[in-house]
Amino acid sequence: MARYGMVIDTRKCVGCTDCVVACKTENQVPEGLNRDWITDDATGSFPTLHLEIRTERCNHCDNPPCVACCPTGASHVDPFGAIVLVTPEMCIGCKACLASCPYDARFVHPDGYADKCTFCIHRVKDGLDPACVSVCPTHCMTFGDLDDPNSEVNRQFASRPHHALMPAAGTEPRIFYLT
Amino acid sequence: MRELVLTRHNDLIDPLVRVWGWEIPVYLFLGGWVAGMMILVGYFLLRGRNREDTCVCSVLPGTSFVLLSLGMGALFLDLEHKLYVWRLYTTFEVTSPMSWGAWILLLVYPALAAAFALRPPGILRDLFPAVDRLSRRLDTPVGVRGIAAANLVLGIALGIYTGILLSALGARPFWNSAILGPLFLVSGLSSAAAFGHMVARHQEERELLARSDNVFLAIELFVVALFLVGLLSSSQAHVAAARLVLGGPFTAPFWVLVVGAGIVIPLMIQLLAVTHRIAHTPVGPLLVMAGGLALRFVIVAVGQVSHWAKV
Repeated sequence: MARYGMVIDTRKCVGCTDCVVACKTENQVPEGLNRDWITDDATGSFPTLHLEIRTERCNHCDNPPCVACCPTGASHVDPFGAIVLVTPEMCIGCKACLASCPYDARFVHPDGYADKCTFCIHRVKDGLDPACVSVCPTHCMTFGDLDDPNSEVNRQFASRPHHALMPAAGTEPRIFYLT
Repeated sequence: MRELVLTRHNDLIDPLVRVWGWEIPVYLFLGGWVAGMMILVGYFLLRGRNREDTCVCSVLPGTSFVLLSLGMGALFLDLEHKLYVWRLYTTFEVTSPMSWGAWILLLVYPALAAAFALRPPGILRDLFPAVDRLSRRLDTPVGVRGIAAANLVLGIALGIYTGILLSALGARPFWNSAILGPLFLVSGLSSAAAFGHMVARHQEERELLARSDNVFLAIELFVVALFLVGLLSSSQAHVAAARLVLGGPFTAPFWVLVVGAGIVIPLMIQLLAVTHRIAHTPVGPLLVMAGGLALRFVIVAVGQVSHWAKV
């Protein structure tokens, strides 16, 4: 079974938000809500400042707390690529998953269920990249099977130093940022 | 210096998490209070006090029934997908405290109903002969012991569950403490004893409940201290979370409303009452219950503000 993840090159990302627009269009994300977003992370003090621009989304964690806390099984790990998904018809809108996600990647859809990035599973099943990956003008995102040692995503992973977000939270995220 | 700028502004999440409003603290408070009352009912039944007309154990089950229903009503109001609430009972998710809670609540109602049926109000007996027959059938030594045990066990489970519901959410360091279960349990017990103290008609029972409430309040104070020590001796995120009530923006509500007005002052009032220096008044018990409610409001609010460092 595949285990999909992403490697994102923070030196290539310019924060153009094409990925955000592509996601909203592809997935018809309601107005005022986002499944993915851009974070500008500035650290240091003048003149030694460092700016990291990241495109962020659900990390499709290997140890997803949103799945563990869901009382109905609506939040689940799909057998296809171990992608973390929500079944709207099973979600009661208790918001435990929103509270359990350290990345604040989830939101309540206006129809009442918890919603989030799906890695565009409908596209991936057709052999396509997620919408955000496919439109990126700088090709900063690489999507693929982390368990396949020959995949491009693993080649990128091994090519440079990288970090994940909030490793201390223990969720084992599957999105990595090349630095 | 660190500055984070997000293009996102999702409702309920940005700029700070506020997924749970007044409904969840009210539900947690009422659930904890009912849990405490179930434990008291279990204790009084085991002591055979249900034979006495004035026993507070004849008042608590009916009150619990109403309060728990109000709490469930608050919980229902919080749901965003209300029509799908029945989904809770189509599965049992072993890692989800909310799933445990849903099933525990399903068992709590029959236990309360059985305790209520041991001494139903006379008017119910007169109107519905079946109630009278049920009461006679249950009122045997084995029946009473069974109902007592069910109320004790389910009361403890319900009380702890209200805390575990939050402590299982590791993304919020302020909640991420196993002490929250015992803290909410003992707080529920103190609210229950305070309520019993207020409504008890028998002098001896009132004294007993006031004394036990003092013990619960003292334990609660100790558990609050353990909770803070636990956070302060943990990771950087947990230390930062503890600082939200130790000099941070939630310092005043936590120390004034929860610890001061909700534990220390009623403890002092009730210590004076049980040593017969002042008369028993509802002031202490009302402060205890208000403090229990404030505890849930503050814990839920602080937890939603606490978070892990981004990288």
